[in-house]
Amino acid sequence: MSPTEPSNTPEGNSKLVLSARNLAKAFGSNEVLRGIDIDVRRGQVVALIGPSGSGKTTVLRSLNGLEVPDAGTVTFGDADAGTVRGSGAGLTLDFAGTVGKREIAALRDRSAMVFQHYNLFPHMTVLKNIIEGPLQVQKRPRAEVVAEAERLLARVGLADKRDAYPFELSGGQQQRVGIVRALALKPQLLLFDEPTSALDPELVGEVLGVIKELADEGWTMVIVTHELAFARQVADEVIFMDGGVVVERGPAAEVLRGPREERTKQFVKRLQHEV
Amino acid sequence: MTFNWDLVWSSFGPIIGGAVTGTIPLTLASFALGLALALLVALLRLSPNRLLSAVARFYISVIRGTPLLVQLFVIFYGLPSIGVKLEPWPSAIIAFSLNVGGYAAEVIRAAILSVPKGQWEAGHTIGMSRPQTLVRIILPQAARVSVPPLSNTFISLVKDTSLASLILVTELFRNAQQIAAFSQEFMILYLESALVYWVICLVLSTGQSALERRLDRYVAH
Repeated sequence: MSPTEPSNTPEGNSKLVLSARNLAKAFGSNEVLRGIDIDVRRGQVVALIGPSGSGKTTVLRSLNGLEVPDAGTVTFGDADAGTVRGSGAGLTLDFAGTVGKREIAALRDRSAMVFQHYNLFPHMTVLKNIIEGPLQVQKRPRAEVVAEAERLLARVGLADKRDAYPFELSGGQQQRVGIVRALALKPQLLLFDEPTSALDPELVGEVLGVIKELADEGWTMVIVTHELAFARQVADEVIFMDGGVVVERGPAAEVLRGPREERTKQFVKRLQHEV
Repeated sequence: MTFNWDLVWSSFGPIIGGAVTGTIPLTLASFALGLALALLVALLRLSPNRLLSAVARFYISVIRGTPLLVQLFVIFYGLPSIGVKLEPWPSAIIAFSLNVGGYAAEVIRAAILSVPKGQWEAGHTIGMSRPQTLVRIILPQAARVSVPPLSNTFISLVKDTSLASLILVTELFRNAQQIAAFSQEFMILYLESALVYWVICLVLSTGQSALERRLDRYVAH
């Protein structure tokens, strides 16, 4: 097996949630993605690592339609029972053709995103931030949605912040609300874009703790991160990207402890020195 | 000079009456319509469609580049010559709304642009369409930013409505003018009307502060 092709590990038998093939994207003359393949299976945690500008965030954003790739396909499998977003049949988008608003909306409907800078709605209380999507977009009953939001807030230790505004929270608390906002949508797939990069070092742990719990619970996730120790702990698969291509991929322990490719070795070594 | 106190007291009635039945409703109606127009123009201006954006830019340019008095006269005295005859009140409301529409459009456009791009993205990722994100996420935040400049527009409008006296709208200043012409007490009547405009604007400034405090409740101080 080549180190740059999607792995065929034992969980290869479990259901594919997402399969992206040959994603390509250029901003002007700058080619940020040059043929990326990713498979994510149910319950799997995939960590995307790589230097700044390697294209990892663009990959993540493409999976959610925040960026529209120039070419390639993204396929979501049939939805599991229990997910509200993207309920029903599978979905394939071929970006080589024209992709309309409706297709992008359908793509967005499968996943939920947690942002580096949280991007909470500053004019809404914590509770309103969380119930906005389920209530306004998914049209679920208010009582159910509020109860769910309160339960999730309690889980991340923020039950007492229900009526606070985002500015009243620390960065770590805001990011935990960001995670709850994503969970409340009941997505098939959770996407994290460097969820701890904007946090003060002492607040990183509380956010990583929540993400690790979600991984243990069996949520399917793709995480862009610089936290290699964390990636080793939670990720089933690590994908190392550089220059818009996948340089190496495999089980987290293998890629991070004994990388085969020279570029991966250098990157892992450099980050470990920084820590 | 002897000061005519009787006239001072007796003229307050008609002047305040003119404010209540003329100046204030004219201001409120024109501002409400003007603001709706401004939002539309701001959105056209922000549209990726170049033609729509150019139309909006042209409109803003004409409104800001010509005197309000001229706009008022074109509508009331000019339009009848091409067969469009409007009464004083509708003429005034149309002229002032168009004027507010031009000025406030730029304020609203800047306020929309001041909301970080991440807010649009967050709206999209929870499944909202562009219009939904605009209405529920972006405009409430833009409102906070645009209250101080829009309050300026509003307060200016209160005073600008005095121009409507020149197209025969019975409002505060026209009542003052008529009493002045009759009594020949120009100083008293014009100072009185100045005072009433000033009091209205003071009240509005207080309202502006209260509104700003209310919209600032979700911002760190």
